[in-house]
Amino acid sequence: MRIKLHVWRQSSRSDKGRMEMYELDNVVEDMSFLEMMDTLNEKLTVEGKEPVAFDHDCREGVCGMCSMVINGEAHGPKSETTTCQLYMRHFDDGAEIFIEPWRASAFPVVRDLVVDRSAFDRIIQAGGYVSNHSGPKPDPNSIPIEPNVAETALDAATCIGCGACVAACPNGSAMLFTSAKASHLGLLPQGQPERFDRAKSMVSQMESEGFGSCRNYAECEAQCPKGISIAFIGRLNSDFLKASLVEPIDRRGDMKAQ
Amino acid sequence: MLTLDSKIPVAPIEDAWTYHKNNNLRLVGPKNRPKFKVIVVGSGLAGASAAASMGAMGYNVECFCFQDSPRRAHSIAAQGGINASKNYRNDGDSTWRLFYDTQKGGDYRAREQNVYRLAELSTSIIDQAVSQGVPFAREYGGKLANRSFGGVLVERTFYCRGETGQQLLLGAYSALEEQIAGKKVKMHTRHEMLDLVVVDGRSRGIVVRNLETGEITSHAADAVVLATGGYGNVFYLSTNAKGCNVTANFRAYRKGAGFANPCFTQIHPTSIPASGDYQSKLTLMSESLRNDGRIWVPRNADENRAPRDIPEEDRFYYLEERYPRFGNLVPRDVAARNAKDVCDQGLGVGPTGYGVYLDFAAAIREKGIDAVKSKYANLFEMYQRITDDDPVETPMRIYPAVHYTMGGLWVDYNLMTNVPGLYAIGESNFADHGANRLGASSLMQCLADGYFIIPVTIGDFLSRHEAGEITTDHPAFKETETAVKDRLSKLLAVKGTRSAQSFHRELGKIMWEHCGISRNKESLEEGLRKIPALREEFWRDLKLPGNPAELNQSLEHAGRVLDFLDFGELMCRDALLRDESCGCHFREEHQTPEGEAERNDKDYAFVSVFEYKGEGTQPELNKEPLSFDALPLAARNYKT
Repeated sequence: MRIKLHVWRQSSRSDKGRMEMYELDNVVEDMSFLEMMDTLNEKLTVEGKEPVAFDHDCREGVCGMCSMVINGEAHGPKSETTTCQLYMRHFDDGAEIFIEPWRASAFPVVRDLVVDRSAFDRIIQAGGYVSNHSGPKPDPNSIPIEPNVAETALDAATCIGCGACVAACPNGSAMLFTSAKASHLGLLPQGQPERFDRAKSMVSQMESEGFGSCRNYAECEAQCPKGISIAFIGRLNSDFLKASLVEPIDRRGDMKAQ
Repeated sequence: MLTLDSKIPVAPIEDAWTYHKNNNLRLVGPKNRPKFKVIVVGSGLAGASAAASMGAMGYNVECFCFQDSPRRAHSIAAQGGINASKNYRNDGDSTWRLFYDTQKGGDYRAREQNVYRLAELSTSIIDQAVSQGVPFAREYGGKLANRSFGGVLVERTFYCRGETGQQLLLGAYSALEEQIAGKKVKMHTRHEMLDLVVVDGRSRGIVVRNLETGEITSHAADAVVLATGGYGNVFYLSTNAKGCNVTANFRAYRKGAGFANPCFTQIHPTSIPASGDYQSKLTLMSESLRNDGRIWVPRNADENRAPRDIPEEDRFYYLEERYPRFGNLVPRDVAARNAKDVCDQGLGVGPTGYGVYLDFAAAIREKGIDAVKSKYANLFEMYQRITDDDPVETPMRIYPAVHYTMGGLWVDYNLMTNVPGLYAIGESNFADHGANRLGASSLMQCLADGYFIIPVTIGDFLSRHEAGEITTDHPAFKETETAVKDRLSKLLAVKGTRSAQSFHRELGKIMWEHCGISRNKESLEEGLRKIPALREEFWRDLKLPGNPAELNQSLEHAGRVLDFLDFGELMCRDALLRDESCGCHFREEHQTPEGEAERNDKDYAFVSVFEYKGEGTQPELNKEPLSFDALPLAARNYKT
C-alpha cells in the first residue's frame, strides 16, 4: 500500500506547530496503525530526521496511552477501537491520512502527538476513590451486590482514561470520563458514603482544569473506544444536583485522626 | 561472594509469617513515619499498592513511573483473573492447597516459605480490592463468582470479565491518587530511573531522567522499592507493553544487587503470530481455546492450498499423533515446543511460516456453531479484529509468545535485596513462582507484596536506621548523575546508521533462537558469541536522532536496548549453567521419553544468583540452596 500522511509536528509546548507531509510506499495491510507509524519513524531516523513522538504502550487497547486524532476522529474511523487496535486494512491504497494530537486546552501538547493528560489524574485525586487503608476488610460476601449492578458499575469502570471523549467533544468537556468514574463508585455499596461529595468535588475539579461544559453532543460516546454510555453523564448530573441542593457540611478536616 | 541471608523465620510454615511479624520485625511508630522517605519505582499493581499503603501509614513516599499516568502500567493488561483460596465453592480449597499448586506449578524452584505466605495472604487481597470498589463478577445471589484455571483442581479464580488486571490496577491507582491528594505520596510521572545510588553498600536513592525535559535529577531516600516489572521485552516480541524494560533492575544489579534465575521465562503457547517483520508486539489469546480447537499444520512443506481445501490425509495433527493421551491439551511448555518444532521443519503456516492452525471446524460440527461461538465470542472477535480472519470460517493461526519472567532481583523473606535498603516487589523480584508461574497468580503476588508485605517489612529496616542520614548533596549522587549523563552522551555520539529499534529486533531474534522455548548447550554458546558481537555493532553503528534535553523516545529506547544487550547475555549464561530442565527452562539434553522436563534435584535445587563483577568480567554465580521441608519434592506430573 502507498499512503500519504499529514502529521502534526510540534517540537515543544511553546512551539506553534504545523502539519508535515510524508509518503510511505511499503505499508502492509496487516500492519497496525502504530506499526505503520514505527515504519515512518524508522524511515525518518535512517534519513537523519526527527521521528514523530507519540504515546503508546500496551498496544492491545487497554492502557489508554495511545491517542491520535485520525482524519478528524479520535482513535480513527473504526468504532470502539483504540488507535493501537486499528489496522491499515481499514484504509484504502493511496489513502491520505491526517494525524493530529488530542486538541483541548486542558490537554496541552507536549511534543508532536504527545499531550499532557495529568488533568485526568487530578480529577481522580478530587474524589475518584473510596477512602481506604490497606489491611483487614470484611468478607466481600457479607455485602452482596446484585449482579446487574456490579455489571453496570463495570461498564463504567472499563474506561481506560485515554481522553478520546475530550478530544471528540466540540466543547472539550471531560464529562464522560468524570461520570464514568463517579458512576462506577456511586453504583456500588462501597462508594455510597462519599457519593455526593465525590460528585461535587470531581465536577468542580474538572471545571477548574479548563474542560468545557457538556452540551449533549454525544460525540464522546460515539468516539469512545470502550463504548461508555452517556447515560452515566445523566447519573452524575443527578448526583451533582442532589449534592448541590443540600447545604454543605464539611467535617472532613475534623474527622481526620489528630 | 554475596551474602544471601534469606531470613526465613524458624517456625512451622503455617505460622511462619505471623511468627515473623510478632517476633522478628520491628515497627516504626506513627509519629516517626513521616520522617522516613521511601522511593517506589513503578506504579503497576505492586508499585501502586505499595506506595498507597505506605503513604496511608504515614511514610513520606515518592513514586516514579515512565508513563504519563500511574494508571497505564502493564498490570492493566492481565486478562484472566486472580487466585485466592477463599473456598467459596466448597470444593476443598485451602491455603495449603494453593501453596501446593503454586509450588508444584513452579517445579520446586521457589522458596517454600514465601510461597506459603503468598497463599495465606491471597484471601485478604480480594477483601481489600472489593473494599476499594473493584467490581468482581457476582452470582445471582450477589456473592462473588469464580472460574477455574489451568493446573489446578478447584475453582478459585476471581475475575472482572476479561479485564481483571485493569480493574485491580484501577483500584490500586485510585488508592494511590487518594494518597497523592492527601500529600502523603508525591508522584513523578514521565520519569525513568536510570541508576541506583549506593553509598557504603547501602541503597540511598536513585537518579532519574525527566522524559519530557531530559533533565537528570537525584532523589535520596531511606529505602528504595523497585516495582519495575519483568523483562520479557529482551525478546523484542512479547506480550509485554512496549515500554517494559529491564533497566532499573539491571542498573541495581550493576550496583551490587544479586539477579536471581534470569533465564526463567514463561512462554505462552497461544498467541496471535507475527504477520511480518514490522510486527511490534504479540497479543495473547486465552489458552481455553485449546479445549475445543484441534491443532495442525499441513503435512507437506510446499502446501499452498487454503486450509479448508486441505484434505484430512494431508493434515498433520502433530499433538494428537505425538501425544495420543493428551492430544491438544498437553501442558503449555510441551505445546509451545512442538509448535516451534514443526515450524522449524518448514511446515508452519501464515506469511512468516511461524504459525500453526487451531481449527474449530470439528467442534462446530459436533456442538453447533452457536455453542462454540457463545463460549469464545470475545476471543473470536479479538482475533478477527487483528487478523481480519473469521475463526468460524477458517482456522485460527497461533504461535507461542514470551509472556512472563519468573527471574528477577534476589530478595529475602522481607523482600529486600542483598543491598540493604533496596527492595524488589512484584514481577521484578524472583521469589514466588519458581521455574513456572501458574495462571492468575501474577496479580496475586503483586498485590500481596504491595498491600500486605512491604508495608510491614520495610518498617523493620527503617526502625534500625536514622532518617535522612544522606542527602543528594553527597558526592555519590553527583558521580552517579555524571555517569548517567556520560552514558547518554556516548549513545548520542555513536552517529552510525542503524536505529535502536533495529538492534532490539536483532537481539530479540538471537534470544528467541538461542534462549527461547527450548535450549541446548551448543545453541546457548552460540548465543553467547552472537550477543557481544551485536553489542559491538551497536556501539559502532547506532543512529540516534534528536538531543538529550527534550522528549526523545529514540534515546529512551536506545538506553533500554543497551541494558537488554547486556542482560540477554546474563540470561544465556544462566541457562547454560543450569544443566537440568525445570518448569519453563527446557534443556533438550534433559527430557523424559515423553518429552517432559527432567529435573535434577540432586545438583540444581538452588536459586542461581548472579553477582556483577564489572564491565567485561564474567558475573559470579552464587547459590541459595532450597529446602523442601513442608512439601517434599515430587515429579511434576499432570497426566494422572
